[in-house]
Amino acid sequence: MYQPYDVIIIGAGIVGAMTARFLSRYALKILWIEKESDICTGTTGANSALVHGGYDAMPKSLKAEMNVRGNAMWDALSEELDFAFARIGTHVVAIGEDELPALDELKARSDLNGVPTEIIAAEEMRRREPLINPEVSGALFCPSGGICDPWGATIAAAENAVQNGVELRLNTEFQDFLWEPSKIQSPKSKIVGIRTNQGDFYGRWVVNAAGLFADEVMHKAGLRPAFEITPRRGEYYVMDRNQIQTQTVLFPVPTKVSKGILVTTTLHGNTLVGPNAEEIDDKTDVAVTAAGMREIWDGARKLIPSLDARHVIAVFAGLRAGGNAPCLDCDEAYHKDFIIEIPAQVQGLVNLGGMESPALTAAPAIAERVVALLRGAGEPLVEKADWNPRREARPVFRHLDHAEQAALVARDPRYGHIICRCEYVTEGEIVAEIHAPIPATTYDAIKRRTWLGTGRCLGGFDMPRVVDILAHELGQDPLEISKKGAGSEFLVRKTKEVA
Amino acid sequence: MKSLKDNYDVIVIGAGPGGLAAAIAAKKNGAEDVLMIDRDLELGGILLQCIHNGFGVEIFKEDWPGPSYAQHFINEAQEVGVDAMLDTMVLDVTPDRKVYATGPGRGFVELEGRAIVMAMGCRERTRAQIKLPGPRPAGVYTAGLAQRWVNVEGYMPGKRFVILGSGDIGMIMARRLTFEGAKVERVLEVLPYLSGLNRNYVQCLLDFDIPLQLQHTVKRIIGKDKVEAVEAVAVDDHWNFIPGSEEIIPCDTLLLSVGLIPENELSQKAGVALDPVTNGPFVDDGFLTNVTGIFAAGNVVHVYDLVDWVTQAGLTAGKRAAQYAQGCYNVNPRYVPTAAGENVRYVVPHKLDPETLTEDGIMLQMRVTQPLEFPVRIEVRDGDTVIAKKAARYARPGEMVDITLKGKDYDAVRQARELTARVVAR
Ligand SMILES: Cc1cc2nc3c(=O)[nH]c(=O)nc-3n(C[C@H](O)[C@H](O)[C@H](O)COP(=O)(O)OP(=O)(O)OC[C@H]3O[C@@H](n4cnc5c(N)ncnc54)[C@H](O)[C@@H]3O)c2cc1C
Ligand SMILES: Cc1cc2nc3c(=O)[nH]c(=O)nc-3n(C[C@H](O)[C@H](O)[C@H](O)COP(=O)(O)OP(=O)(O)OC[C@H]3O[C@@H](n4cnc5c(N)ncnc54)[C@H](O)[C@@H]3O)c2cc1C
Repeated sequence: MYQPYDVIIIGAGIVGAMTARFLSRYALKILWIEKESDICTGTTGANSALVHGGYDAMPKSLKAEMNVRGNAMWDALSEELDFAFARIGTHVVAIGEDELPALDELKARSDLNGVPTEIIAAEEMRRREPLINPEVSGALFCPSGGICDPWGATIAAAENAVQNGVELRLNTEFQDFLWEPSKIQSPKSKIVGIRTNQGDFYGRWVVNAAGLFADEVMHKAGLRPAFEITPRRGEYYVMDRNQIQTQTVLFPVPTKVSKGILVTTTLHGNTLVGPNAEEIDDKTDVAVTAAGMREIWDGARKLIPSLDARHVIAVFAGLRAGGNAPCLDCDEAYHKDFIIEIPAQVQGLVNLGGMESPALTAAPAIAERVVALLRGAGEPLVEKADWNPRREARPVFRHLDHAEQAALVARDPRYGHIICRCEYVTEGEIVAEIHAPIPATTYDAIKRRTWLGTGRCLGGFDMPRVVDILAHELGQDPLEISKKGAGSEFLVRKTKEVA
Repeated sequence: MKSLKDNYDVIVIGAGPGGLAAAIAAKKNGAEDVLMIDRDLELGGILLQCIHNGFGVEIFKEDWPGPSYAQHFINEAQEVGVDAMLDTMVLDVTPDRKVYATGPGRGFVELEGRAIVMAMGCRERTRAQIKLPGPRPAGVYTAGLAQRWVNVEGYMPGKRFVILGSGDIGMIMARRLTFEGAKVERVLEVLPYLSGLNRNYVQCLLDFDIPLQLQHTVKRIIGKDKVEAVEAVAVDDHWNFIPGSEEIIPCDTLLLSVGLIPENELSQKAGVALDPVTNGPFVDDGFLTNVTGIFAAGNVVHVYDLVDWVTQAGLTAGKRAAQYAQGCYNVNPRYVPTAAGENVRYVVPHKLDPETLTEDGIMLQMRVTQPLEFPVRIEVRDGDTVIAKKAARYARPGEMVDITLKGKDYDAVRQARELTARVVAR
């Protein structure tokens, strides 16, 4: 007989991934759906990659609470799930004496949030970041801040969830809820499943982790009609690490609308510059714009004047899922809080919304809260005897020293075959990802997992080679291989057979 | 070829025309063990995908396709007994000339060379480097990538193309794609003049009625999954968009031919200093870099438009590398520096050793800053004294300019404090 799911999770960003991973611990039958051809293609795929300390979040908001708690969970998770994370601290830098008072204000807020910070002198800032604008007047240092690889963390969590029995379905789009047929007044009171482009799926609980589309999902359940997500686009530059290497995470003093345009080092050694903040209409418009790129450049040079436009190797944009949920506990009016709730109006929904920054940082805490909410709603949540919290990363050629590289190549010659000339990604790594627990089946999926094509040549060297490998490993024709799923195929036909 | 070992007199990294010539010359000039390493499956470098004619015009007075030109040197390399390691990527070169490389066949190897010639060629500039706005769909490729797909892999990446940039690869691909039945809608060039060779404009665009629009660029790419169109726009002399000139050109592929960058990541690991103008190493007239025993040849030094000069540079670098390996190279001479003067963007080599002047002469290669479409004079001066001069019908940024210093100039060269090159109206 058809066995309904216990939990259906909508959305495979970091919030969905952490939720899936945390719930995979319990004896639950879980379906996890994502509308795109891979996980991690939404906001989680394009952001500043910072694990924020939480000093600047609105005191008493859910955001502040989740930020601080989430931040504290990253070390253990990165160890269990074997993904990269470095708690190198973050700086808010005052340029010129005028900006100094802003540091005191931030310091006061960090105290309210219980986040340790310290104000450091200009000289110390110059020592930590030799490329800093010489007019630096001081900085607020938050030692608990860190840098992560959002792709790596999300994929690790997702993989662990799948290894522990979560069923992931890609290319599956939530369209509507299924309701229990009911004879009493309110026909929409108990959710029994969802309708998707791939058919209906029945489940007792549905978790809304749809990121930018979370408002539309909750509206389908008749909830929070006034809640609206306005996409706010942020554009970025990635710099060539051979040309410039900053050492730290540098924010300007914040403005009313955003944390400002930052300059940060990344786990890959490239300096990342951005984002600006522009409200737009289209929740899928991740285009970079000429105006945005100029704005970032001006902002970033305020912190690091020596940034040279010739050393840009990549540009990209991400969309913040800016919500308008009020915070009832906050001392001042605040309308940008997270929503993490089991709403009373309907049965069977865990509703998440407004997951803008710092939801990357907060994702583990949000997942933990989802577990607590379900338990509070009477779910027994029995731990599985065979739950495995650990997931092991696969070999990464470029992270090894010469002796280790030689040993790896001796074991499997495919690891000696460099496919990405800039980042030294090997055939062995690519093949491993194609056959991983969550198989990478597109070029971009391989890029997210191996970091291939992210270097100076933007994949110009590896692309034909990766298309070949994908076609071979998947048993497909090269004409079927795509960048990011159906409709984005690289090739149209063979030569000499005129269309 | 004999079996491979760990120690070589000369190791050449990259087996394009630059590397092939260097390896051959090294062997012919007394280096016993010479090895070429290339990450490709075959020798020949970028020439393998250049199946069009136009190679060997200067040296051989021939008009060969790229692979034929390469084959000439591949045969010679085999005849003189150069070793080759193919399908092998060099990962690291140290200042003391250890070479770490890996490939699926031979595995991970550590080698050592008495001398090394860097001949890694160049790579293409990407959409990020020109800050091209828009989303990131499939269908935006560099022209060289499209060339590889079409000529080597046998696949078409699109049906309807727009090409941004009038570089040679782009123009050559415009013709190639037309042969293959694709429609090339337009070539757009932001500059008021061509960035590639005029010969390619005539043979690849004019002859096929492919429109070229100077002072035009792409304002943005349209299409989320796959390119659907580009928005073209006219620009003024300062590259500002001219409002009202926008035009949507439907297409499924945008090719970029917007410049090449010498590929010097390995050189940098070995401590080689780069000239920010050329993006290649500072070199002397023997193509020695600032690191003793490490030479460079071909597109890795600066971007050439004619393969013949790449071969010639390789021959010089290989010969000098062999001399170095045999202990007869003066690495600390009294150099005479060269300098870029009026209307010259850069000069290669950056300095020369007057003691090594030979009867072959020394070619100074340069690129001009501004196009001069009238008779010009190329001069080499020491202060106000003209040491050598040469006439040309025009000078264009897309076409390398050269002048050769010969025996009669050598006395003046030896006395000179600095050799300044300039290209001015005649
Ligand atoms: C410019 C920028 C900078 C940021 N910097 C930081 C930072 O430094 N630190 C930090 O902590 N946070 C940062 N953030 C915020 C952080 O990236 C996001 O809060 C976080 O990634 C949100 O994760 P998510 O899982 O909620 O959303 P997403 O990653 O967007 O995931 C939602 C998923 O749901 C899927 N989906 C949507 N609708 C449907 C449907 N109907 N059916 C099926 N699937 C669906 C989407 O395809 C998507 O994959 C930044 C955000 C931006 C834009
Ligand atoms: C599309 C195109 C059309 C052209 N048309 C003409 C023409 O019509 N006429 C003409 O005269 N000239 C033409 N040229 C110019 C000429 O072909 C080039 O200047 C010349 O090929 C450069 O030679 P090279 O040896 O410096 O570099 P390349 O030919 O690029 O060779 C470099 C080699 O180094 C290898 N390599 C790089 N890094 C590594 C590493 N880390 N490990 C191992 N191997 C490595 C590469 O695989 C490659 O084989 C054209 C060039 C192009 C790109």
